Amino acid sequence: MSPLRVLPALLALSLASVFAAEPQPAVVFDMGGKFDKSFNEGVYNGVERFREETGIAYREFEVTNETQREQALRKMAQRGSDPIVGVGFAQGPAIETVGKMFPDTRFTIIDSVVDLPNVQSVVFKEHEGSFLVGMLAALASETGTVGFIGGMDIPLIRKFACGYEQGVKFVNPDAQVIQNMTGTTPAAWNDPGKGAELARSQFDRGVDVVYAAAGGTGIGVYQAAADADKLAIGVDSNQNHLQPGTMLTSMVKRVDVAAYNAFKSGADGSWQSGVQVLGLAEGGVGWALDEYNEALVPAEMRAQVEQAEADIIAGKVQVHDYMQDNNCPD
Amino acid sequence: MSRAAGVLPFWVDVLLIPLLNIGLAFLVSGLVIVTIGENPLEAVRLMVYGAFGYEEAIGYTLYYATNFIFTGLAVAVAFHAGLFNIGGEGQAYIGGLGLGLVCLATDQTLPFALIVPLMVLSSALFGLLWALVPGYLQAYRGSHVVITTIMFNFIASALMVYLMVNVLIEPGSMSPESRSFAESAWIPSLHGVLAMAGTHITPSPANVSLLWALVCCVFVWLFIWHSRWGYAVRTVGSNESAARYAGINTRRVVVFTMCVSGALAGFVALNEIGGVHHRLLLNFTAGYGFTGIAVSLMGRNHPLGIVLASLLFGALYQGGAELAFEVPTITRDLVVVIQGLVILFSGALAYMLRPLFERIWLQLSQPAAVTTDA
Repeated sequence: MSPLRVLPALLALSLASVFAAEPQPAVVFDMGGKFDKSFNEGVYNGVERFREETGIAYREFEVTNETQREQALRKMAQRGSDPIVGVGFAQGPAIETVGKMFPDTRFTIIDSVVDLPNVQSVVFKEHEGSFLVGMLAALASETGTVGFIGGMDIPLIRKFACGYEQGVKFVNPDAQVIQNMTGTTPAAWNDPGKGAELARSQFDRGVDVVYAAAGGTGIGVYQAAADADKLAIGVDSNQNHLQPGTMLTSMVKRVDVAAYNAFKSGADGSWQSGVQVLGLAEGGVGWALDEYNEALVPAEMRAQVEQAEADIIAGKVQVHDYMQDNNCPD
Repeated sequence: MSRAAGVLPFWVDVLLIPLLNIGLAFLVSGLVIVTIGENPLEAVRLMVYGAFGYEEAIGYTLYYATNFIFTGLAVAVAFHAGLFNIGGEGQAYIGGLGLGLVCLATDQTLPFALIVPLMVLSSALFGLLWALVPGYLQAYRGSHVVITTIMFNFIASALMVYLMVNVLIEPGSMSPESRSFAESAWIPSLHGVLAMAGTHITPSPANVSLLWALVCCVFVWLFIWHSRWGYAVRTVGSNESAARYAGINTRRVVVFTMCVSGALAGFVALNEIGGVHHRLLLNFTAGYGFTGIAVSLMGRNHPLGIVLASLLFGALYQGGAELAFEVPTITRDLVVVIQGLVILFSGALAYMLRPLFERIWLQLSQPAAVTTDA
């Protein structure tokens, strides 16, 4: 090879090493896509905030089938991205495989636990947040019948439902909780029409507060509640502003904070592997109170829920986690 | 149409027009890419490189192609009997259930050499059973197979969710997935087999099911064009009344064809569950059953055409993923647009160019006829 030909290659190599000094973080969104108005979008907001604050660009990919998860994670690692954030429990097995292949790359998985020395697992106590909004639902309900609408029927959503039911029963042991799941395919995460239909059928059966843990399907539930002048509870992000006046509250799950922290700590060197469980005590879950729902939550209601929140944090009130034994106590 | 088929020489019909259709699809895709401010030539380069440029890419392309060969053959076989099997998705899903149950039951006790034939049989059997019911309903009750197979897709997904969430889930697992199979129940990967033969290539999901898919192509070819059953199938497909008049039991042919079709779709599980995931999970079919319809149409319901169309779609899937990975402004949705355009031009508009070519061909071959036509 002539020296003239080698020169560009050498240049490219030295450039590559310059870039390698400042590794780009990366995020692999799951099937819902980064604009799902819910879980993935929360992560997107978190990493966008990181980019705006630090000016560090990040790599991203949205998977379209099961096999691409591992492929995308591996490609990110091959390109030297670090840390790499995997969004959603479904990426757990892929993170485990790729994490073993690249022991020097740092991975963060949101919503699942992967036990590897180079993986940080962030999980949330959704049952605690759901417990509190369950209390609010029971306190706001006049009929004593409240509803729950889930997305796809998977253990994670049953965990939401189980926590919610416990919260309702904590306030009013005689209350009735009517539960529906939207569907059995991932389309159930984005079916507002079906969500509205389920909500209306629940209203016909006496429900006057409905909690939707169903991604984009929830939009239809909130609309149906507004039309029928009933109350609805949002999920994941603060969705109170979607239907001001009929949104009782939202169960917020701070995936944005988790994603932001993963990137931020990766950049400043404070990133640590291991499991982070974000519950009420850590501010990882909670219920939203803002100018849109102030009027719906009077002071005594607020005090009661805040008391329960303090009790849960102190360990005086135990909320059962469905996923521990795949069972919900009655 | 049958008259026109005689006008054009074979190579124009089977090679030139499909290639031009794909070219047109890429041209329109290029316009879309220009409007979002990217370089279309660079996009094509990335797609081709991403699909065929290096060993891992080729592996992924072949892995996708394997799925499409199975589902494409399934659609083609049914099509030859005049049946539109939209249920490849559900049949593949249930085929996976059969294969998964066999693996979970036997992977600790039986050796590899026994499990693999069982896996082939179980995925085919379950896929077959899932197609048998719509086939029976079509033949003996007159319920249209298009409607019933679509509905069976939903029943399949509901059944799978129920089983995965309540019965087959690995205890303590977050996601609805079964435990991983022992290695004796893994379909060997191509890189693993080649490594044993002394050649080392980059690992990829491509596995030995690809070879089985090619064997199935030969079987389908023999079955459709060189067997009495195949003759009956084609007769029913071209004229059911004539077939009945000729003494063919058309109802049995319909049920039988759907069974073959379902079994072929069930083999997707060999590639996905047996070859790649090694555990039972939800939604592993990821729309391959539906893409099989486009693959079959584009391949003119012939095994050789289906292999070529499967390679094209495999390349679109893998190259598209690479494109979305490399260029941030090109999202996965734009990749779907490109795939959709290819399907539109080579499926729905497959005959758009044909009259034009027929006129040109007639002009070239018999110049005297032009004046009388005009």
